[in-house]
Amino acid sequence: MNARRVVADFGVFSRGYIRSRIGAFFALVFPVILILIFGAIFSGGSSGPVSAYVQNQDGSQVSNSFVSALNSTNTIRLHAVDTSQNFTSYLLSHSASDGIVIPSGFSSAFVSGKPVNVTVYGNPASTTSAIVSGITRGVVNQFNLKRAGGSQVIGVEPQNVKSQSLKYIDFLVPGLVGFSVLTSPMFALVNISSQYKRDKIFKQLSLTPLTKSEWLVSKIFFYIVLTIISFFLMTLVGVFAFGAHISLTPWIIPFLVVGPLLFVSLGMLVGTGSKSVESSAVVGNLVTFPMMFLSGTFFPVSTMPAYLQSFAHVLPLFYVIDGLNNVMTYGNYGAALIDLGVLLVLSAIIFGLAVRFFKWRED
Amino acid sequence: MQAVDGISFAVREGEVFSLLGPNGAGKTTTIEILEGLRKQDDGTVRVLGTDPWTDGYALHKKIGVIPQGFKFFEYPTPREAVKYYAALFGVKADVEGILAKVLLQDSAEVYFTRLSGGQKQKVGLALSLVNDPQLLFLDEPTTGLDPQARRAVWEVIRGLKKEGRTVLLTTHYLEEAEELADRVAIMNKGKIITSGTPAEIITNHSSGERLLVHGSERLAKYLEKSAKLPVEFDGKDLISLSLHRKEDVMAAVAAIQQSGLEWDDLRTKRDSLEDIFVKLVGEPMEELEAKA
Repeated sequence: MNARRVVADFGVFSRGYIRSRIGAFFALVFPVILILIFGAIFSGGSSGPVSAYVQNQDGSQVSNSFVSALNSTNTIRLHAVDTSQNFTSYLLSHSASDGIVIPSGFSSAFVSGKPVNVTVYGNPASTTSAIVSGITRGVVNQFNLKRAGGSQVIGVEPQNVKSQSLKYIDFLVPGLVGFSVLTSPMFALVNISSQYKRDKIFKQLSLTPLTKSEWLVSKIFFYIVLTIISFFLMTLVGVFAFGAHISLTPWIIPFLVVGPLLFVSLGMLVGTGSKSVESSAVVGNLVTFPMMFLSGTFFPVSTMPAYLQSFAHVLPLFYVIDGLNNVMTYGNYGAALIDLGVLLVLSAIIFGLAVRFFKWRED
Repeated sequence: MQAVDGISFAVREGEVFSLLGPNGAGKTTTIEILEGLRKQDDGTVRVLGTDPWTDGYALHKKIGVIPQGFKFFEYPTPREAVKYYAALFGVKADVEGILAKVLLQDSAEVYFTRLSGGQKQKVGLALSLVNDPQLLFLDEPTTGLDPQARRAVWEVIRGLKKEGRTVLLTTHYLEEAEELADRVAIMNKGKIITSGTPAEIITNHSSGERLLVHGSERLAKYLEKSAKLPVEFDGKDLISLSLHRKEDVMAAVAAIQQSGLEWDDLRTKRDSLEDIFVKLVGEPMEELEAKA
């Protein structure tokens, strides 16, 4: 291992990377865009009232006050449907599934005490339907209570377990850091190694004193630097745009070093093992995509079905993201140490295999 | 399938030696074995006194190579590429001198990917010179270049020879071998068919001087009888008489005159390297190129 050659190769590679712009976009701009999008979707406060349609076939003072009681919950927003319309076909023609029908005779039944039903339309699979149905039941109970002349005795007071609760963004930042630890080296190395093989650039390099380990180490250094830069960018956006709570401890560093080491080697292995640039892209995607979605990047692994959770535990990226969550969010360093141990063993194996199977020249 | 089968040749110090042959003749396989990029199944290979496969790492510091269809990283400029190689070899290279030698000063700051085919090839030449090698392997350095770019690369190669460097050049352009090479080995289907200086090859394989005349088959038959010389007729209108002695040409012309038949376009012809090539390889160069 000769430091001068590693440095020279690092210099040429990083300059090329910056000049090509596409690589730099995917490494630096893309993760920030992702964090902005996912942060906005899941952390941007409440999603606003749920829309539902209501047909008031009664049109009395009582039924009108029922509708305004529903509206005043601020959880659903009702759109009135004229009584001349067929309600279900109206819903279908508006691609809506949530609706409430107040039958005629609602007011007289309320006064006389004869049982009457408000009809709630909904889709059992949709969360908005559950909200509409729940809210309607609540208002119905209120009306029943009022008619019986009673008053509310038992109430509910919501309270958080921790004074500062964990938000989705606190989990999203480590997840997306893991995402870029995986994707930038994997996609680049799969592509580079198969392309260099096709264009005989590896052969060309084998005619210089540069060794293949030196070449690989220079790429690993490059992706460590890139990962650290993109880590800081994403953390800044997470903290300042969405108020993420992240503890910046030195414990983060080992994960930002071992992650790129692992995925540069894995990308190299996939790229050199493939016959053509096209087939390497296919194999690369087969390896990358399950990891990208099932390792806890966008949503916690604990929300997945049990069989997918056990599958996640064989994916190397799982240990990067689990480790980052442990150090950045939970401060659970014991668990992080186990993640790091697993990663070190995996990296050693994959780096070894990559050097072993990566060929400079023909046999 | 053997790409190269039982070939033997030696390259002398300071000469330009050309392996000439159609595509698929085994030239690149041969040159890659010499560079230590491939291992031969059998036989002995010595380059600068070493075995290129086992001592490749040491040998590579002493040789310069351009692989066929030279490609490189997209974004270094030629100047940066030369500096990069100098750092890899751990030598203080005369960067500007090398760029000047391969006629690249004007494009020294252009990204590799934006250079023309000929300029890219010159970057390859420049890189092969960084470690100041005495022996250079140039594998089809002008394939795919336009005639002007090809001539510029030739200029560079002539310059290298002038500096006393030894060059092993593969090519499938006859013209290139004739222009540049001191000695040529013609390869086909993995074997060397003949070798020597272009003049030696012509002398050894030439059927001598010939008299060509346009005329009918009747004239061909008449000449065969009366001139007592070997006559070939191409089936259309070209008659070719092989001349063994100087005097044969007189006899042939006299016979043509006596025949009283129509004739036209009388001339004598000596075999060129191309004629020999066609004779030895069996197919004209253009057809081989078209097939490839």
